[in-house]
Amino acid sequence: MEDIKKRIRYNKRWNYLFMIIGLLSTMVGLILLCALMIDLAMDGGPRLSYKFLTSFPSRFPDEAGILSAWVGSFLVLLVTALAAIPLGIAAGIYLEEYGRKNWLTNIIEINIANLAGVPSIVYGLLALGLFVYFLKFGESILTGGLTLALLILPMVIMATREAIRAIPNSIREASYALGATKWQTVQWHIIPYSTGGILTGIIIGLSRAIGETAPIITVGALTFIAFLPTSPLSAEFPFISFKWLMDPFTVMPIQMFNWVSRPQKEFQLNAAAAGIILMVMTLLMNGLAIYIRYRFRKKIKW
Amino acid sequence: MNHSQKRKIKETAIEASLLLCALFSVFITLSIVFILSYESFGFFKEVSLKEFFTETRWTPLFAEPKFGILSLVMGTLLTTGIALSVALPLGLLVAVFLSEFAPHKMRELIKPLLELLAAVPTVVYGYFALLFLTPILQRFITDLSGFNALSPGIIMGIMIIPYVSSVSEDAMKAVPMHIREGSYAMGATKLQTAFKVIIPSAFSGIAAAFIIGISRAIGETMVVAIAAGGMPNLTANPLEPVQTLTAYIVQVSLGDVPHGTVEYKTIFAAGITLFFMTLGFNILGFWLRKRMREAY
Repeated sequence: MEDIKKRIRYNKRWNYLFMIIGLLSTMVGLILLCALMIDLAMDGGPRLSYKFLTSFPSRFPDEAGILSAWVGSFLVLLVTALAAIPLGIAAGIYLEEYGRKNWLTNIIEINIANLAGVPSIVYGLLALGLFVYFLKFGESILTGGLTLALLILPMVIMATREAIRAIPNSIREASYALGATKWQTVQWHIIPYSTGGILTGIIIGLSRAIGETAPIITVGALTFIAFLPTSPLSAEFPFISFKWLMDPFTVMPIQMFNWVSRPQKEFQLNAAAAGIILMVMTLLMNGLAIYIRYRFRKKIKW
Repeated sequence: MNHSQKRKIKETAIEASLLLCALFSVFITLSIVFILSYESFGFFKEVSLKEFFTETRWTPLFAEPKFGILSLVMGTLLTTGIALSVALPLGLLVAVFLSEFAPHKMRELIKPLLELLAAVPTVVYGYFALLFLTPILQRFITDLSGFNALSPGIIMGIMIIPYVSSVSEDAMKAVPMHIREGSYAMGATKLQTAFKVIIPSAFSGIAAAFIIGISRAIGETMVVAIAAGGMPNLTANPLEPVQTLTAYIVQVSLGDVPHGTVEYKTIFAAGITLFFMTLGFNILGFWLRKRMREAY
């Protein structure tokens, strides 16, 4: 009896000990995240100012800013969103609602799972060969945006599929029972009910695109851009111009990378300041995604 | 044409265009394979496979170029190895803790926070590895050079914890409750249940999680490009600067290498090596995850 009690005590002690180890392991990542944010804030915080946001990069660290970088990031992201969202949602709908269980669907599925694991720099090489040299888009905003679109496409497809899969079959059957066609069912029921999940996936995908550096370097974004792309609005007819699509560009993470890799301390402080802005954008987007997921999950009860 | 025929045509057209969108992803893979092979084919016309795999130096930009991919592969394996020795144990511990020990509320709070680790732009991690972690490590390891494999390896490891932990946790959560309860009923503690029952049952899912982590670490670019240095170095010493396959591609892309030259093609040769290294792991991981889903 004493023996068994001892054994129970021993086991319980280990159980308890492991809980602490598990908690500590979980904390390692979170503590590092905090350290990273504090480090960035301390180094880059003093550099943040209105002037930093509205100045072009410069040889003089005190005068350098991120105007061309954030404008570039915004425009590239716009192209990415316009290309990846419709394509990804359509592919997701096909695979969940239309695809039969056959070899073709199977190949598409394996392929998407593989694409999600292809290193981002390989997408950069693809874009270099395909967009820059084969399609002759050059080292332009269009190329950058499409490159990131390819990169986040698997994420959008997988988010769409997951959101659609959560819709119970009874909804579909009810719609068919009323005489709706497949597309009518998709249009009036499947898409509206999966909006929350799809939106979450899109925002997380775009937040990844905004911080992606490697593929954009490969397609040849410049690190020193002291001008803005052509304005999309023009004074004379037809008032809207798409010339900006073909302009050279830089983006936030590239500007930061350029400053990190310089030996001067002053430029590294600029890098930290750019890092703060990147982090804030990423965290806001992720926060928004979590909030949307939470709201939609609450609203929809099957 | 009556209404029902029109409707049928519309439906078919919609299905066909949706299928096209889905097929586009296959087209992406095919073009990756095509472009990488096409450009590397040009490379291998000038550099023999024997030199590529047996030469120990990689100096394509020198006057007397040497094309031994091994030194870049070694750099990749070294940083990946360091990253995995951080990410796999920690990721697994986190997964066991969240799946078996943490109360529901705590899990709901910690999971999104952990996901943030994977959301931080990698260039920010690079900054952190170079300017925060390396100086700290240098205080303890005096012969650590300013660029080294250790510091970016550790940061990469922490970065991929959420990839490892979330898939492992899903696998553990998928183990049916009655298996857990059976173990408790025999008098096992949560710890014993976790390690002797849950982990073996969720094995293929956990293996898939590990593989996702490996593939992420191999393909990671910016952290190593910033903090590991820019010199190909055939070494297993984590204290020395190394260059990975990915960092090499970045280095060449930053310079002005004319289209069509051998130097230009080297990045595709490095790229195809990288692609095949990750492809193998991705397929293995996909297969394991599929097996996990079918297990119960």
